[in-house]
Amino acid sequence: MTFQIKETPEIFDVVIVGSGAGGGMAAYTLTKAGAKVCLLEAGSYYDPADPQYITQMKNPWESPRRGASSTRPFGDFDAAYGGWQIDGEPYSAVKGTEFHWFRSRMLGGRTNHWGRISLRFGPNDFKRGSLTGIGDDWPIGYDDLKPFYDKTDKLIGIFGSVENMFNEPDGIFLPPPPMRLHEHFIKKAGTNLKIPVIPSRLSILTRPINNERGSCFYCSQCSRGCNKYADFSSSSVLVIPAMKTGNLTLINHAMVREVLTDQATGLATGVSYVDTKTMAEVSVRAKRVVLGASACESARLLLNSKSARFPQGLANTSGVIGKYLNDSTGASRSGFVPSLMNRDRYNEDGVGGSHIYSPWWLDNNKLDFARGYHIEYGGGMGMPGYGFGMGMHNNNGKYPYPNGEKLPAGGYGSRLREDVNRFYGAHIGMAGRGEPIPLETNYCEIDPGKVDKFGIPTLRFHYKWSDQEIMQAKHMQDTFEEMIIEMGGIPLGNKPGPETNYGLEAPGKIIHEVGTVRMGDNPNRSALNKYQQAHDVKNLFVVDAGPFVSQGDKNVTWTILASAMRTSEYIIDQVKANKI
Amino acid sequence: MKRRDLIKNITLTSVGLATAQVLPAQTENIAAGKPKKQKSNYGRTPDEVKRDEKLISETFFTPGEMAVITKLCDIILPAEGTSPSAVQVGVPAFIEFIAKDMPYQQVPLRGGIMWLENYSRKLFGKSFVAITPANQMTIVDAIAYPELATPAVSAGVAFFNLMRDLTLTGFYTTEAGFEDLGYVGNRPNNWEGPPAEVLKKFNF
Ligand SMILES: Cc1cc2nc3c(=O)[nH]c(=O)nc-3n(C[C@H](O)[C@H](O)[C@H](O)COP(=O)(O)OP(=O)(O)OC[C@H]3O[C@@H](n4cnc5c(N)ncnc54)[C@H](O)[C@@H]3O)c2cc1C
Ligand code: SF4
Repeated sequence: MTFQIKETPEIFDVVIVGSGAGGGMAAYTLTKAGAKVCLLEAGSYYDPADPQYITQMKNPWESPRRGASSTRPFGDFDAAYGGWQIDGEPYSAVKGTEFHWFRSRMLGGRTNHWGRISLRFGPNDFKRGSLTGIGDDWPIGYDDLKPFYDKTDKLIGIFGSVENMFNEPDGIFLPPPPMRLHEHFIKKAGTNLKIPVIPSRLSILTRPINNERGSCFYCSQCSRGCNKYADFSSSSVLVIPAMKTGNLTLINHAMVREVLTDQATGLATGVSYVDTKTMAEVSVRAKRVVLGASACESARLLLNSKSARFPQGLANTSGVIGKYLNDSTGASRSGFVPSLMNRDRYNEDGVGGSHIYSPWWLDNNKLDFARGYHIEYGGGMGMPGYGFGMGMHNNNGKYPYPNGEKLPAGGYGSRLREDVNRFYGAHIGMAGRGEPIPLETNYCEIDPGKVDKFGIPTLRFHYKWSDQEIMQAKHMQDTFEEMIIEMGGIPLGNKPGPETNYGLEAPGKIIHEVGTVRMGDNPNRSALNKYQQAHDVKNLFVVDAGPFVSQGDKNVTWTILASAMRTSEYIIDQVKANKI
Repeated sequence: MKRRDLIKNITLTSVGLATAQVLPAQTENIAAGKPKKQKSNYGRTPDEVKRDEKLISETFFTPGEMAVITKLCDIILPAEGTSPSAVQVGVPAFIEFIAKDMPYQQVPLRGGIMWLENYSRKLFGKSFVAITPANQMTIVDAIAYPELATPAVSAGVAFFNLMRDLTLTGFYTTEAGFEDLGYVGNRPNNWEGPPAEVLKKFNF
């Protein structure tokens, strides 16, 4: 260990912190434009095509735990190095409140194993304050972001269908994959109940779009990372191509501690980081600083960048940093569909994720909660892994065998083989993902007196759902039950009621946290302007979901990508105009 | 296929620890709890490699406990037709690994074995593996059906549920399990929807 502070000799045009969706897009856009960029990533290198990292196409028996989640929270084959808890990097929550924070420490961050659900926010999603009187408007509208959504669609690739729904804007789509059998059932039930069920919009290449990337061969394993680069990961689709420009200096194992500033000018001069391999302190100088460390981590970095000139943390004159943290709501239910028993066998893997979803279809003015949700679906004849066949005694006594005979639940011997075979592919699942109301009282802050193993002060969360989210979850449960019954299915378990907030997942669990470094036109109420540029420090930008004023009922990553591209192009324009 | 051919077949087509080549008669090998060392080849991080090597080098169950686990696995999923038994595809070794990998399973498993042994001694004066097959089945029948079992044996029911869970998962995550299930995925293909006759069957 050394306590000497090293400094890199070069002064970069831009230093970027974090290589996930936001940081990756900034690195790609800026290096393509010719900027000399240094990208700092706390985690290790990762390339889904390099055999040393590959988990795709492996069979469950290659894992001694058959893919169980003992070391990786979403299972042994999942492409996430990290999780809800990381050794030596703690966080906490104020008593009586709860927040779960998922972090991946690797090139590409959480985009290596994410669900690839790539939805645009709709025009109304930027105007919640003026439309409903609850919450705030964004300083930009859909039209500001639309050109960047379009460019993101073309650059990265996405499949979907043109539906002409006002608040579910269409993109530039590749053809979607046909539905699986259970998805036909769901679609039919939705049609009967007037709930729209349309093709998913996933960033997966059902057709090739260039020579660098292959197209999907339907292994259903996007969460393991695709060795053909046929799905979107920031590592394979943005950072590795950025490296090929020759303009990118990537430094892995670089845990950024703070943003450095010139006390005279108040401008950012670079960042300092801890080399996690040697524990050495290093500083990188750059003319502009871009934070893409993920919403909560970027807030943490700014709050930790305190100086005489910026006693509340950097870019925080408004005091808003950390506040308005919000995550999607989530609730789910599963069902058993007897008519899907004893299915014919064929390869039903499909793409990594559901081929259908239900966008929000109702009018909140007629409901007792203010925001909508969409529904994601699961089911099918997937690959067995740890957990397969478990809980058989809960099901096998309920349904007669083909000869009409019923046997008592549980048992042993050859009937179990028959049970496993007859029930295979007859279960379905539904999960709602809804828009929360961003509240000032939901926030992260520096935990007094606590540091991580690098000596960097850690975060403490304060987060509670309001009645809005709870009533939304109640509505989800009613919808799920209606859908399952309409399919001829049997909802499993007890219907979650008020005692569990209707199955509403704890804050953070849906991993769509946004809002901690708000953008806005008023510098007294926001940290960033409408280009995600700090009001207080004009050469400092944030490109993750920290700037988002709200998050619609859409998964957030496609908007992180589009807005990071927009901010990066703005940086290029400002540099050309000699403004930063 | 004759049983012996079948077993040869499994060892030829299977990989590593998960399908350790074990005959029912060779329970001592399993009992030693030392499955063949496997070189991990599925994208492990250095920390994960270290953790797995450590777990694999340790032994959790005693030979006596392994014998009970093996007997139960054999009762829960015996061989059928051309499909091997749970024991033949190495499920006992898998359960040994799970106990080390998921410490919360240790007490239910070890305690469950103790409960079973105690119950067997009370009823028949001997360890579960030493009593006659008929007596073994008397005990199993008392604990294998949660809705019929008496409250007095609820601990045994919970243990048997756990053993059934682990045996089914252990078996169906092997090549033989894929075959029994008819799982034909995890290979490159061009997805064009379910076969026409399947759609027709359901009027889609
Ligand atoms: C299982 C799962 C499924 C998901 N599915 C979807 C989905 O279907 N659709 C969707 O829209 N979203 C989904 N998400 C969310 C999505 O992954 C995130 O919204 C997205 O990755 C956020 O991008 P980001 O750039 O803000 O941060 P991240 O992807 O988290 O990247 C941040 C990077 O910064 C690095 N970093 C952090 N702190 C520092 C520091 N101090 N110094 C240096 N580097 C640092 C991290 O190591 C990381 O690599 C999913 C997430 C998970 C976990
Ligand atoms: S489903 Fe398609 S895109 Fe996803 S990992 Fe498999 S081949 Fe790649």
